[in-house]
Amino acid sequence: MTATYYPLGEAAILVSLGTKIDPAVHEAVRSLSYALAQAPFHGMIEYVAAYTNVTVFYDPVELAKEQLRQTDEALPYGFQVARQHIAAILRDMGKSAAQEARVVRVPVCYGGAYGPDMADVASYHHVSEADIVRQHTSGDYLVYMIGFAPGFPYVGGLPKAIATPRRKSPRVSIPAGSVGIAGEQTGIYPIATPGGWQIIGRTPLTLFRPGNDEDPTLLHAGDKLVFYAIDEAEYQALQKAGESA
Amino acid sequence: MNQRQNKIKVIDSGLLTSVQDMGRYGYQKYGIIVSGAMDTVSLALANIAVGNQLDTGTLEMTLCGASLELHAGTVFALTGADMSAALADEPVPMHRPVLVTRRDAVLTLHGTGKGTGARTYLAFAGGIHVPQRMGSQSTYLRAGIGGYQGRALQAGDVLCLGDAASMADRLRGTGHRISTSMISVSWRTPMVPVRTMRPIRVTRGLQADWFTSDSLEAFFAQGTFRLTNQSDRMGYRLAGSKLCLRQPRELISEPVAFGTVQVADGQPIILMADRQTTGGYPKIAQVAQADLSRLGQKKAGDTLVFEEVTLREAEKLLRDQRAMLAEVESSVHLALGKGL
Repeated sequence: MTATYYPLGEAAILVSLGTKIDPAVHEAVRSLSYALAQAPFHGMIEYVAAYTNVTVFYDPVELAKEQLRQTDEALPYGFQVARQHIAAILRDMGKSAAQEARVVRVPVCYGGAYGPDMADVASYHHVSEADIVRQHTSGDYLVYMIGFAPGFPYVGGLPKAIATPRRKSPRVSIPAGSVGIAGEQTGIYPIATPGGWQIIGRTPLTLFRPGNDEDPTLLHAGDKLVFYAIDEAEYQALQKAGESA
Repeated sequence: MNQRQNKIKVIDSGLLTSVQDMGRYGYQKYGIIVSGAMDTVSLALANIAVGNQLDTGTLEMTLCGASLELHAGTVFALTGADMSAALADEPVPMHRPVLVTRRDAVLTLHGTGKGTGARTYLAFAGGIHVPQRMGSQSTYLRAGIGGYQGRALQAGDVLCLGDAASMADRLRGTGHRISTSMISVSWRTPMVPVRTMRPIRVTRGLQADWFTSDSLEAFFAQGTFRLTNQSDRMGYRLAGSKLCLRQPRELISEPVAFGTVQVADGQPIILMADRQTTGGYPKIAQVAQADLSRLGQKKAGDTLVFEEVTLREAEKLLRDQRAMLAEVESSVHLALGKGL
């Protein structure tokens, strides 16, 4: 795996694993993330996975305690220590590939009060609402990264036929669980936030569960998603089940 | 031993008062922001002054401070911006531990004047009893997590404090009475130079070479930027010379850090304590970690000047700052007869 290393200031290193949004690059990002989670090096604080890179935050004062055989005076010392650790992890990674991607099934009640932009999206594409649902539930979805809000997934794989521009005027508050489309992206709002995505439905699943310190978000980078349609009665039942769980 | 638990009651919350510690690390991969103090050095110094661990949660107050009802036996310290604090109408010294000796006394913090910074830290010996959420007591205001019920303090809130009995005993032994309601000491910890005009030191950002040479010159060498009033715990929007890309280019969203300087619409935005975990704007610069505390004390209308340093120099600045904190911590322990 080819990696290029860049300093994000003196306390973080960005490990670039590719230049475009693509499942193969993502697989490399996921493998490195997994290896870092399994075996964090001394002085490492945390890592954040993105579309084409993994950034590792570290404490440069801790890393400075480690001796390097060769150092480059032009580069920060902590960066060189971090780079050495990560290069070793990447070398050994062939042997321990990341776990199989999880598949998360996401029930969505499309249209109606839960999907206030459904009619606009359907008319934008000159198709019926049922066609939008058929297309949206047929995508091959991958969570490339989590960002913007707690547990907010950047999802790739929306069928191009239903790619829709953002709303001209963003909504002041979009309810948690709302499923939307913005350009060629689809996503789910984990908490109520302002936003300009076209909202086509809502899931009763709880994406952000702050009470669970070990695993506070339903979705993780690398998950595969399957959306499936439910009606309002099923939505209510699933929501109730979720609350009592 | 006196195990009576002290409490504080919020009479007036001030503009924005919240519990903050060094931040919530390890959860950015879930999109959960770091939060934490805007000025972590003042936070650490306040904790050191009252004998706490450096990263204990304290109250961060912004521009206009709170009024709090305190009880006898409470030990506190104020650092950061000077809000002309008074306890029972008598002036309270900053940067040192203060023991409340009156049964009930109101601690009032006023606005920060022209000559001081934006944020004041109020630490209590024994800390504040709010739960650790995902490893931190910091308040994540937008998501409603951490701190006191996930929000900024409001009038009427009652917060429980940790055990301050041993610090109170030490102050009775080594301190002296400074008013009818306070015992304090004659030494003080150093302070973050909140009002200095010294430039903020920065290193080149990952996309610095995307910018025209004039823009780089304007940012790193000579330009001055004004902090606009669209500035908060999430980020500082600056106004100054227009910064231009050599050619239009799109960046795929990637992680950002405390002090990352992004450029949007030709103007810099410095990402602060409540920054999102990723960003899609080109990064012209990165503030040296050691200068973040000074930056966290800036107010709308302040002028910023940047000075470029190498990453090696930035590392050394951070090492020196840590060494300073360690030295202060051991001298305070010595002065309080702690660990002897």
